Amino acid sequence: MTPPPGSLLTAENLYKAYGPTNALDGAGFSIHPGEVVAIMGPSGSGKSTLLHCLAGIVTPDSGTITYDGRVLSSMSDTERSALRRSEFGFVFQFGQLVPELTCVENVALPLRLNGTPRKEAERTALSWMQRLEVDDLRGKRPGEVSGGQGQRVAIARALVTGPRVVFADEPTGALDSLNGERVMELLTEAARSTNAAVVLVTHEARVAAYSDREIVVRDGKSRDMERAV
Amino acid sequence: MSIGHTLLGLLESGPRHGYDLKRAFDEKFGHDRPLHYGQVYSTMSRLLKNGLVEVDGIEAGGGPERKRYAITEAGITDVERWLATPERPELYLQSTLYTKVVLALLTHRDAADLLDTQRSEHLRTMRALTDRKRKGDLADQLICDHALFHLEADLRWLELTAARLDKLREAVAR
Ligand SMILES: Nc1ncnc2c1ncn2[C@@H]1O[C@H](COP(=O)(O)OP(=O)(O)OP(=O)(O)O)[C@@H](O)[C@H]1O
Ligand SMILES: [Mg+2]
Repeated sequence: MTPPPGSLLTAENLYKAYGPTNALDGAGFSIHPGEVVAIMGPSGSGKSTLLHCLAGIVTPDSGTITYDGRVLSSMSDTERSALRRSEFGFVFQFGQLVPELTCVENVALPLRLNGTPRKEAERTALSWMQRLEVDDLRGKRPGEVSGGQGQRVAIARALVTGPRVVFADEPTGALDSLNGERVMELLTEAARSTNAAVVLVTHEARVAAYSDREIVVRDGKSRDMERAV
Repeated sequence: MSIGHTLLGLLESGPRHGYDLKRAFDEKFGHDRPLHYGQVYSTMSRLLKNGLVEVDGIEAGGGPERKRYAITEAGITDVERWLATPERPELYLQSTLYTKVVLALLTHRDAADLLDTQRSEHLRTMRALTDRKRKGDLADQLICDHALFHLEADLRWLELTAARLDKLREAVAR
């Protein structure tokens, strides 16, 4: 099987078992550059496992994941983590900022890890914080900002390296609806402006409404609703 | 929506011509469904008959839309009473979706598929509303949010029903 033409990231026939649990049972996925795809489905259906496999964080038992023409499983661990650092960005529900660092240091961190000098890294970080309307928080530590503010800082951090894919697992899960929507607006706007693809796990329909299309995961199997009709 | 009460309410700030009333209504409330002149005319003649408005002047060349209407004391009381009376919460107990799910189960068709397809259709509408909200002003945002929350409620019901299909299948088979 070959990935659909023009797709950036594709998964086919993914299986992943945790003991007796089949977290993924033949799931598939594909996303184009600049596309926002929502992964929906009930709790425990395998959404996060699918996202972790796509991002190269979890290795599936079988199945193929292709990113930009390269098969993830044929890469070395070093290559995979380099890919994660430079091409992927991550936003999770919470607990992703380093508490000891200031917000601007947190946002600059991925650039620092890639070897960018501090000054330059923090300058880029600050411009992303401006876009997400949190530059006034630059000197604060994550413990001193609200959940919604922290989530915007996390999005700035996910975008700071200019990733081609942003993985977001329930990015608004801990926010009220007004803040959640603002976060989704900023995330999708920023992603569109850089042509980054967004893989968005959510069980909230109003959050999924910011996507271009959705796939539904149930019992480890995926259903691409666009291709189904 | 009660068009009569809405037009009355618009008249409270001062007399207006029929065409002006239509324009004010469309601008503020008629985003998707502008009023027809015929609706304005029939509504105003009813309000006139009931003494809730009076004709305050007629422009030259006068069709019905050229009449200028003013609200009466009785009209103001009527608006007041309408605003103070809560709307009856809609119950949606006669849900077509529920009927379809039960029928699908009864006839051994794929009910999960039906629910997935419905979710997809709801999401499509929600995307359009979200898009309009993003581009619109505050009025657009509030109107779209109202619709979005209702669609979301449907979707939550769809999820819950999807999770209970096996139980429902047993219940329906009895
Ligand atoms: N590291 C793990 N060890 C053991 N079991 C796991 C692990 N990760 C996931 N599972 C199991 O795999 C299944 C799928 O989990 P997953 O986290 O992907 O679900 P999800 O769809 O993201 O759910 P939620 O909406 O609750 O986040 C679940 O039954 C879960 O218990
Ligand atoms: Mg999860």
